[in-house]
Amino acid sequence: MSARLALRLLFVVAAAFAAPALVVRPAAAQALVADISDHLVAITAGFTGTSVVVFGAVEGEGDVAIVVKGPERDVTVRHKGRIAGIWVNQDELQFVGVPLFYLVASTRPLSDLAPPDVLRRHDIGIENMRLAAKRAVPKEENQEFREGLIRSKLRQKLYFTEPFKVSFLTGRLFRSDFYIPANVPIGTYSVEVYFIREGQVVGAQTIPFIVSNAGVGADIQYFAHVHSILYGIIAIFLALAAGWGASVAFRRI
Amino acid sequence: MQIYLPIAEVSVDAFVILGLGGAVGFLSGLFGAGGAFLLTPLLIFLGVPPAVAVGSVANELIAASVSGAMAHWRRKNVDFRMGGVLLAGGLLGSGFGVWLFGILRKLGQIDLTISISYVLFLGTIGVFMLMESVRAIMRHLNKAPPARRGRHPNWVRALPLKLRFQKSRLYISALLPFGIGFFVGILSAIMGVGGGFVLIPAMIYLLGMPTAMVAGTSLFQIIFVSANVTFLQAVSHQTVDIVLAAILLIGAVVGAQYGTRFGARLPAAQLRGLLALMVLAVCGKLLFDLVVRPADLFSITVAPVDL
Repeated sequence: MSARLALRLLFVVAAAFAAPALVVRPAAAQALVADISDHLVAITAGFTGTSVVVFGAVEGEGDVAIVVKGPERDVTVRHKGRIAGIWVNQDELQFVGVPLFYLVASTRPLSDLAPPDVLRRHDIGIENMRLAAKRAVPKEENQEFREGLIRSKLRQKLYFTEPFKVSFLTGRLFRSDFYIPANVPIGTYSVEVYFIREGQVVGAQTIPFIVSNAGVGADIQYFAHVHSILYGIIAIFLALAAGWGASVAFRRI
Repeated sequence: MQIYLPIAEVSVDAFVILGLGGAVGFLSGLFGAGGAFLLTPLLIFLGVPPAVAVGSVANELIAASVSGAMAHWRRKNVDFRMGGVLLAGGLLGSGFGVWLFGILRKLGQIDLTISISYVLFLGTIGVFMLMESVRAIMRHLNKAPPARRGRHPNWVRALPLKLRFQKSRLYISALLPFGIGFFVGILSAIMGVGGGFVLIPAMIYLLGMPTAMVAGTSLFQIIFVSANVTFLQAVSHQTVDIVLAAILLIGAVVGAQYGTRFGARLPAAQLRGLLALMVLAVCGKLLFDLVVRPADLFSITVAPVDL
């Protein structure tokens, strides 16, 4: 893999030099070229998490911030209150299109890179992430539910508050390692790379990648969904056979 | 050894799951209760989503109860007639329970309902059983003659549709075991358990069945109720993880065999006392969780997505 990575890096560097001459792109995009080591993370039976490398090159002075996020789902946040001595779910607020996984990496602390409104515009950093509530509530209430959601995701270790490190290998080449944990939800992810100079985003690139089940696990999952009746019957008969088999085996002993 | 569970979508340590299955299988052989009321919360604690824990444990229960029921059957400790009547009620009750489950989930109060049901039932049954077994042990120590088996109250004797249950030496209305089966069926669907921990005390104290018959007959009934739940869960929610169930059941079938043998050597009163203590321990833990202020008052639920 390291050989493949090295080859890729070489290609990216070459592309970075060649880009201005060969490809017609908006001026902002030319300042940055990036890619990731794996565009498909396959979850197999022994999956315990994996690391993914983001690498690329920039044109000129500046900082790099990377946002990795994915797949988006609707999330209901519930708030417990006390009724007759028992803690009961009382209020709820639904957020639309919440990324189930979110991390950020940068060359310097985010607050040094750009003013808050720029970070907010690009969803850089958890505190700047846009979370749209499905129903209008007072600002403080929205904030409480938002923080509750983020705390829950932090506990699941699917959000990270501390930015990961992006390091420059030379003046132009950068790389960053991030870790995909074992409990990562399957779906489509994106790596957003921002090139920031003097508080402004001067280049941006989005690289998609997919986390999916592979091997026997994926086959079982597919079968369970597509042939659910047959799956249920097979599950019952396997269990019956196992119970009967054990009973017979133990009688002999 | 970490293994990825395809339906639960999490990685777990296979040996932990194997040990858990073995321990719970041992208990199921010992008491005739499936032990799901312990297994389901423990799996959730390990990070398996609650819905998948319920579906996969139901699947595993089939194997554990077949294995246990056959061991009891060889000792002629299964009352098939009684089991059949309980089962008829159980299947009807679990269908009704699934419907009720759907309504409660829409209201967002299913977790609370599950916890409160557990606390109420485990608490009542545990205290009752513990008192009874302590009395029985005291009687045994005082060498007093054993108390006669409880006579049924008048309203029970007045019920129609009387049936003779030869193995249990009972002549009672079929409506009583049918009603018990129905009620336990509702609980199985809502609480995600085989219902043995409710069924067994009900068989001993309400029906007045001989203790020796209870475990085998309960296991016989649980085979079919858990098969029903497995099928319904697999078809309507796709929450049966066959890999998780397989690891659990390897441990469980082996454990159940040892449990049955060990149980045959223990005196019945002590056995019931032991089960009562365990039931009360789980009840206490659940009550504690309900009453103590949670570390975070906020919790999240992710909307499911179709593949």
